[in-house]
Amino acid sequence: MSRLMIWYGQLTTRRRLLGQGALLSGGAALWLLAFLVLPLLVMAAIAFMRHGRYGEIEWQFTLGNFRRLLGYGSFGWSADYLLILARSVWVAFVTTLLCVLLAYPLAFFIASRSRGTRYVLLGIVMVPFCTNLVIRAFGWAVLLRHDMPLARLAQWLGLLPDGMGIYPGPLAVYLGMVSSELPFAVLPLYVSVERLDWSLIEAAQDLYASRTRVFAHAILPQTLPGLLAATILTFIPAMGAFVVPDLLGGAKYMLVGNLIQQQFGPGRDLPFGAAVSLALLVLTLAGLFLLRGHGKEGSAVDAA
Amino acid sequence: MKRRVHPVVGVAAIVTLVLLYAPLLAVAVLSVNSARYGSVWKGFTLKWYRQLLANEDVLAAGENTLILAVASTAIATVLGTLLALGLARAPWPKWARRLLDFMVYLPLVTPDILFAGALVVAFALLRALSGAFQPGLLTMIIGHVTFQIAFVALVVGSRLASLGRQLDEAARDLYATPFYLFRRVTLPLLAPGIVAGAMLAFTLSLDDFVISFFTASPDSTTLPIYIYSSLRRGVSPELYALSTLIVLVTVVLVLSLEALTRYRKE
Repeated sequence: MSRLMIWYGQLTTRRRLLGQGALLSGGAALWLLAFLVLPLLVMAAIAFMRHGRYGEIEWQFTLGNFRRLLGYGSFGWSADYLLILARSVWVAFVTTLLCVLLAYPLAFFIASRSRGTRYVLLGIVMVPFCTNLVIRAFGWAVLLRHDMPLARLAQWLGLLPDGMGIYPGPLAVYLGMVSSELPFAVLPLYVSVERLDWSLIEAAQDLYASRTRVFAHAILPQTLPGLLAATILTFIPAMGAFVVPDLLGGAKYMLVGNLIQQQFGPGRDLPFGAAVSLALLVLTLAGLFLLRGHGKEGSAVDAA
Repeated sequence: MKRRVHPVVGVAAIVTLVLLYAPLLAVAVLSVNSARYGSVWKGFTLKWYRQLLANEDVLAAGENTLILAVASTAIATVLGTLLALGLARAPWPKWARRLLDFMVYLPLVTPDILFAGALVVAFALLRALSGAFQPGLLTMIIGHVTFQIAFVALVVGSRLASLGRQLDEAARDLYATPFYLFRRVTLPLLAPGIVAGAMLAFTLSLDDFVISFFTASPDSTTLPIYIYSSLRRGVSPELYALSTLIVLVTVVLVLSLEALTRYRKE
């Protein structure tokens, strides 16, 4: 017979508790297993299968999808797919950098206000985050059209040929991505900034440290957990972005997300799409690893 | 405590806020502009809103969006709450707890598109095996529930953690049966968390595009999908009106969610 134990004021056995726990969590756990974990595993497996003539999957092991990704197509070697992958990493990296650069001042600004104003400001930052991504991308497309003031100004300054807008184009994509990822970066950073020990900063200033040194030695180390969380939360979605580049980048500007969408949508090449997805996963993890390597603080993410 | 900040910080902060709101404001302003094309201001009008509400496709998409959101939220709230309860209130061995935590966090850290791709694969296989699971409302609901469960479980779980053991033990000392304890003590205290989780799940479902896009069929379009497809065909002012409406509804929902969680701060 199982040992009796006291649990939340009840006298029961461990076995009975686990049985109850399994009953409660079982439904959701099975659901997640069936529709999340298993499909991901199957997708990983399909990446190694061949794509049949009529769109079905032929169950034989092949590395063809990955070779195709690396450029060994039927018409000789072309770096198209590699270009897309590299561009995605670059865009995600730049987006993360810009988001962090903009999030720091904003976090400081909010933290320097009075208690009531802080909540209001945080709310103001969060609201666009809760609106639809498609609508926000749409808004940027509208703002950056060739007949709107911003593009007209660029045309007048000679930065753009007449009649062309900032949208569609790479700059539009960057603007759209930064503005959609910003709230992800601001929140964790703000949490860290709010907890800053200002006495350390004041001490550095008292010792005549230049502003850069104050930042690098007094502020940066203290906000490292928040910074780390902010980079992770920005980099992952940026790598997998597809709505923003699709709507703002025009037909020629493809990122990994668009490539995957093509395979799972009209292209109907599931194995290749799975292979690209795996590549995305690997790249994302690699990128995160590199980013984390710059600030090794164990349980940093938990702190933020 | 109010602090002095370097003016550059203030300027940067304002630039950032402008960046966040510019697209939304542009759409809102254009939705009441009576010019059909272009950016010239021709006068205030609500005619696009009226035209919008008469558009059958939009109404159908809106209906689908609501049905999807309500159904998926209901299922996800129940499953997610049960998951949180089972997770917190049973002495799981370390490996089981880590596995369950991993499964709950997975939807949150996977990029949408990976998740959507996995769903496409899953449904393709289920179709091959059973002939059911055609793209449509059913697959969309399943997709939404899957990521909503994680959010609900997280919100309810954190609320559960803050409740602690004392109340349970006190009630048991007073001879309460486990069922009575749950019904009269745990559940009412948990209610704000459950409601918050449900509202979060609802908002997420309303706003979702990527997962809906990959699991939808032509006649189970949702509003985000409708906007996306219309954008590729060409912009009409109705789209501005539709977008502004959706943004307003979302803002109202989010603000009431904020008010709800603020009130119950214990």
